[in-house]
Amino acid sequence: MPEIRLVNVTKRFGKIIAVNNVSLKIGDKEYFCLLGPSGCGKTTLLRLIAGLIKPDEGEIYIGNRLVNDVPPEERDIGFVFQTFALFPHMNTWENVTYGPRVKALDPEETSRIAHEMLEMVRLHERLDAFPNELSGGMMQRVALARALAAGAKLLLLDEPLGQLDAKVRDALRYDLRKMVKDLGLTAVHVTHDQAEAMAIADKIAVMKKGRILQVGTPFELYMNPQHIFVAHFIGESNFLEGFILDVKSTGSIVELRGGLKIKVNDASKKKGEKVVIAVRPEVFTVEKRGGKDANVLRGTVERVSFEGNNIRYEVRLENEDLIVIVRPSLLEKWLTVGEKVYVRFPADKCKVFAYPSAGLTEELAVE
Amino acid sequence: MSQTRVHRILDALSSKKPVKYTVYTLSTVFFFVLILIPPILGIIVKWDSINYVLSQPELSSRALNAVAFSFAIALFVAFIDLVAGLPMAWYVARGKSRWLSVLDTFADIPFIVPTVTLGYSLLLFWSRSEGISSLFGGSIVSPGWLLVMLLHFVFSFPVVVRVMVGALMDYKMEYEEAARSLGAAPLTADRTVTLPILKPSLVSAFTLAFARSISETGATMMVAGAFENGPVFIQNMKNGWAEGVVSQTTYEGSMVLASFILIVVSCAIFAAIRLLGPRLRLPIKRVWPSMERKLSGAGVVNIRNIATLIVFFLIVLVPSLYVALPAFEALTNGTLNEALTGTGIWQSFWQSMLLSYFIGAVVTIINITVGLPMAVLIARKRFGKAVSTILDIAVTIPLIVPSVALGASLSIFWRENFAFIPELWLLIFAHLSITYPYFVRAMSAAIERISIDLEDAARILGAKPYTVFKTIIFPLTKYSLFAGAIMVFTRSVDETGATLAVIQPGSPLKTAPVLLAKDWVIPFIKNPAAASVSAAEIGLGCGFLILMSFLILLVLRFIVKGGGRY
Repeated sequence: MPEIRLVNVTKRFGKIIAVNNVSLKIGDKEYFCLLGPSGCGKTTLLRLIAGLIKPDEGEIYIGNRLVNDVPPEERDIGFVFQTFALFPHMNTWENVTYGPRVKALDPEETSRIAHEMLEMVRLHERLDAFPNELSGGMMQRVALARALAAGAKLLLLDEPLGQLDAKVRDALRYDLRKMVKDLGLTAVHVTHDQAEAMAIADKIAVMKKGRILQVGTPFELYMNPQHIFVAHFIGESNFLEGFILDVKSTGSIVELRGGLKIKVNDASKKKGEKVVIAVRPEVFTVEKRGGKDANVLRGTVERVSFEGNNIRYEVRLENEDLIVIVRPSLLEKWLTVGEKVYVRFPADKCKVFAYPSAGLTEELAVE
Repeated sequence: MSQTRVHRILDALSSKKPVKYTVYTLSTVFFFVLILIPPILGIIVKWDSINYVLSQPELSSRALNAVAFSFAIALFVAFIDLVAGLPMAWYVARGKSRWLSVLDTFADIPFIVPTVTLGYSLLLFWSRSEGISSLFGGSIVSPGWLLVMLLHFVFSFPVVVRVMVGALMDYKMEYEEAARSLGAAPLTADRTVTLPILKPSLVSAFTLAFARSISETGATMMVAGAFENGPVFIQNMKNGWAEGVVSQTTYEGSMVLASFILIVVSCAIFAAIRLLGPRLRLPIKRVWPSMERKLSGAGVVNIRNIATLIVFFLIVLVPSLYVALPAFEALTNGTLNEALTGTGIWQSFWQSMLLSYFIGAVVTIINITVGLPMAVLIARKRFGKAVSTILDIAVTIPLIVPSVALGASLSIFWRENFAFIPELWLLIFAHLSITYPYFVRAMSAAIERISIDLEDAARILGAKPYTVFKTIIFPLTKYSLFAGAIMVFTRSVDETGATLAVIQPGSPLKTAPVLLAKDWVIPFIKNPAAASVSAAEIGLGCGFLILMSFLILLVLRFIVKGGGRY
């Protein structure tokens, strides 16, 4: 059963460390996403699992078998490339039957599997078509059928939806997940698109600069990011700099720039420590008249943009910090530019992170 | 006039349609009138003399046999070159070690050794008592068809390696990786995926090797002995005429007949390759997984690499450079000193070198001036797709005309119609015809690789055509331009067959390869004791020529390495 284990894996290209001491476990029949900005090492990690490159250090196990020295053709994997890599000199049928053919499987069995796979990706009508006669979505489906027809239980996907139009991409996401689940496969899917990862994955590993920052379900990563970059990369967050003014058993008081104070339900940081608090745009409530409570800060609406289902405000606080607030557009009366408002911070939804030693901008950079 | 002013005038001129089309038309006219027509027309005006040959059954069957041998050898050698060159290209392109770039440079050496020197070198190595044969107490390979094949294999080998290394470098590895991930062993992936995708390059490598083998004269006549292929037959008839053994009509008729068949059949073969190439499917249906896996193993791959290197060193490299070996003797016995001071025979040697480099420089400048508009014309289809295709094929024709026939025909055409043109210019015309295809093809391929979007973007931003060329096309193709120019220059300096055919007996205009062939090597082969030069002197003379070409090659490599890729 294809469970994957990576133990302290490192891969260098010259002076660049593409994958830095990564350990990871991917469970059998799991749909797993490697998510991160470009250049974070996610594709390198996938190619290491596929055996297209060899690690400099560490061990890679597929189903308890150490595969460091096993060539890709003996790993029993399916690999879908970002550019699809359909063989241009073969038609759909020849592409899809290539795997069984080079493994010398029984021709009747080959034909049966290939028909089944092509039926599944709904391309049975285009058996004779060459890759240059197919649309992007079709090529992607042929690539998928080809990877699956070889009978692999482990499917590796390198940005498989990256080259497709938005609508096709959204539709294929669900198809992809359904196919993997129906066939009982383990899938490792590389993407830089967090919405795609959230929609498709059982579990996600967020990577940056060759390291894995956090592994978890989409829900865990969104609700409980363990790293400031994860809070930034998954969904959207406002980041406010400050320091811990006081720590109590129920939480702490954070003093923001300009002496503004808010209460948070996090008592893990020390008094006087420099911190960044991360707040999702949809957790704020906005009021026209402020009460006496804590956690309500005054500000001015600077920009209003209508996004269909949501309305997005940019509000300048009195300390000059700018925060983004998102509210459901059809349920409330809209604010207008220039309006003075009171913004309520919910104490239980403000995540507190130690101020990054490299600086906030550097830590959040996606390039 | 300031530079900006010149620039502005050129810009203004370049946006005028009549000016643009005049430049293109002039370059086309120049191509037809000076490069393509004379080498062919010379044959056509002597068409009647064919009857004279056909009326002599013995002579005409000798001509036909020679031509048939030409094709047999060219097809066979081109095939063997692919078989031997492909593993070498693979080894160079896919290996990771640093010394591979040295090996890559070595692979070009047969290309820069002047052909006549190459022929003599192989003759020394394989069949004369000075060569490897002495180890076996006799001649291993006597002059004849086998030595001709060895020679053709050697001089086409770099062409095949160069084309295939380039193709492998540009190849998207993802196809091969996809095949591997689907369970194909490396050999299976190479055979069923990589090679079929690289087929166009295989075809063009084959075609180039074939064309080179069909047309080469200078070196072939050195090693042919009593054997005749098409070009050697023409050369022998010419020698016969010069010695008064055969009449002028017999010589001309033989030349016309042999050249005509060579050109027509070659064109037919090229057309067939062009038409059938895309339809030809390599055998990829059957797969033998366990056997191919075994053949992909490290042991087998090592054996293959070692065999490739042995073939390269023992059959290609060492025999090519063998001629320069006696030069070491020359270094110590005072010959070097004589050579450097230009005493005795060396005076004419340095004069001939000077002439060679002068002609090379003139030919290079003319090529750039008239070849560049032609390259743009072909690559950008300025006169429509059909015209571009026709020009593209027409440009390659001078490649397949046997160089001796090209020289002879061109000389007939100019001498009989425009006798006032000095011989020096005839030499330049001959070299132009031979080098023009190389330059134009290299440049048009380079221009085609530049996306038209870049040009459009520059135009939309306000650049006039001349500025587009200066700021976009030129910077992106300048490495190809340098490479093309240096290729033209070395090819011109090394040219032998056509040059021999153009100059008249007793002419003072002897380029270095002609001097080496006619005055040094051939008399020496006939009778070393009576020759005016020694083995050491020949070795040193050839050594100088090779050394200069090698330096130029290094410059070329340095320039191209400086950033040919974008």
